[in-house]
Amino acid sequence: MERKSPVFTAFIYACAILLAVVILAPLAWLFVMSISPAADLAAKPLRWWPQAADFSRYTQLLSRAENSAGAAFTASLRNSLEVAAMATLATSVLAVPAGWAVSRTPSVGWSLSMVIATYMLPPVALSVPLYIGLSHLGLLNNVFGLALIYLTILAPFTTWLMKSGFDSIPREIEAAAMIDGAGLLQTWRIITLPLAAPVVATSALFAVLLAWDEFFYALLFTSDQRAKTLTVAIADLAGGRVSDYGLIATAGVLAALPPVLIGLVMQRALISGLTSGGVKG
Amino acid sequence: MSGTWMTMRAWLLMLPLLMIMVAVIGWPLVDTVRLSFTDAQLVGTAGNYVGFDNYTKMLTSSNFTRTLSTTTWFAVISVAAEMVIGVLAALLLNQEFRGRAVLRGLMILPWALPTVVNATLWRLIYNPEYGALNAALTQLHIIDDYRSWLGEPGTALAALIVADCWKNFPLVALIALAALQAVPRDVTAAALVDGAGPFNRFRFVILPYLAGPLMVALVLRTIEAFKVFDIIWVMTRGGPANSTRSLSILVYQEAFSFQRAGSGASLALTVTLLVTVLAVAYATLVKKTAGSAA
Repeated sequence: MERKSPVFTAFIYACAILLAVVILAPLAWLFVMSISPAADLAAKPLRWWPQAADFSRYTQLLSRAENSAGAAFTASLRNSLEVAAMATLATSVLAVPAGWAVSRTPSVGWSLSMVIATYMLPPVALSVPLYIGLSHLGLLNNVFGLALIYLTILAPFTTWLMKSGFDSIPREIEAAAMIDGAGLLQTWRIITLPLAAPVVATSALFAVLLAWDEFFYALLFTSDQRAKTLTVAIADLAGGRVSDYGLIATAGVLAALPPVLIGLVMQRALISGLTSGGVKG
Repeated sequence: MSGTWMTMRAWLLMLPLLMIMVAVIGWPLVDTVRLSFTDAQLVGTAGNYVGFDNYTKMLTSSNFTRTLSTTTWFAVISVAAEMVIGVLAALLLNQEFRGRAVLRGLMILPWALPTVVNATLWRLIYNPEYGALNAALTQLHIIDDYRSWLGEPGTALAALIVADCWKNFPLVALIALAALQAVPRDVTAAALVDGAGPFNRFRFVILPYLAGPLMVALVLRTIEAFKVFDIIWVMTRGGPANSTRSLSILVYQEAFSFQRAGSGASLALTVTLLVTVLAVAYATLVKKTAGSAA
């Protein structure tokens, strides 16, 4: 084994601390802004730590009093949850059979490659016809319409993840069940899906994260509280005339909490999902 | 079971996905092509056939060439920085030190943070009057007066690139780290015994293992960077004086702000073509790298 000199060890620790600060400082500042009184945030020189922590903005944003900042925020929170849930459910229903089919019958794989190649398309290349189409269907400013459009982003990625998941389940196990007389649906129910459950769950979480993060289509296709998602609501706050920067920061913290918690709890699964693409090529 | 039956069943299982994809991707793409040859407005007139007018007007406009160069700068610098910082962070995380697992866990945070929240956070940090960057730099006596980081054409793009890098280098780091952990220990040990210095060990022993995964990360990040919209829209809306306007923002303005659907479509297709050419060029490169590494 390589013997590490004390200088080298000190260097490693210095770099590690630097990296931790780079990652944490902006996030910590977002949280500090959310609990600092407005006067502290406007002070010169800037006060880096509030004299008294003020959590009132959290209750303000989560209250549902009419016409308040809270009403708009909670409406967009609900829309984001609804769109993410519907889009994830729909994409899973499409992706499980398709992913399995490609995994077991590679000769149809080129069609999935084509679906995945659509990743290269910038959303602006589809946005005008989608806008006109949604408006004909009366689905502009509608959570169903938005969830439907999100399939353009979620379905290719999810199907590809499912396919690699099914690849790792030996087809001999399925074949054995089928020889014993089980039909396709029965084989899936008894053998394949229980074995694939972790992959299906990881793919679904990726889908939720992608839907939660989406901004461009939501900006184009929603216009008020009936369908505006969190990302659009936050962009409105950031670009609007809100004078309390702490309120913007609070909205950011609240919107970031679900994906950050998912990220931390599911770390291992997410990282292997993310890197499998990179390592396998 | 016969092969034909298997294939038919596979198509049947894929049918729902393929139908939806044709409806929400295939048809809109074809319709964008049609629109790009018309003078259609977003609302109202269906538009008349105008041949290649939209394309010739756009390719010769200074708006387009300037936006193309802004987007290229953004993509090249942010992706290059993300790759370099990402690999350095991965090399660090591949060392043994206390707290390594925690630090690796922290790397997921910027990645998990929604893009819009990241943009909002940095917009607040760069705020000309109350921003943390101005406060920190003046309190450290690095600058004397508060500056408008996003308000001046000279610094706005750089400020955007920093915000984009902060969010995206951890992903590169995680991908590189996974690849580093696949390097067999006896190989690095052997190189050490043979007297290879740190640089040569990286270049000849470790880099071949990294090359494939890094190329994939490079391709994905470059495509993303060329399509960039969200972070710029939230932080600067393409300003000041259009100095941070990306191609996607230009298409948005043309098609939705000015409602010129036809010319917006021709722009959008040009962007698509550029991204496709890039991706194909990269894919060839990936195959070569994978071939030479193996």
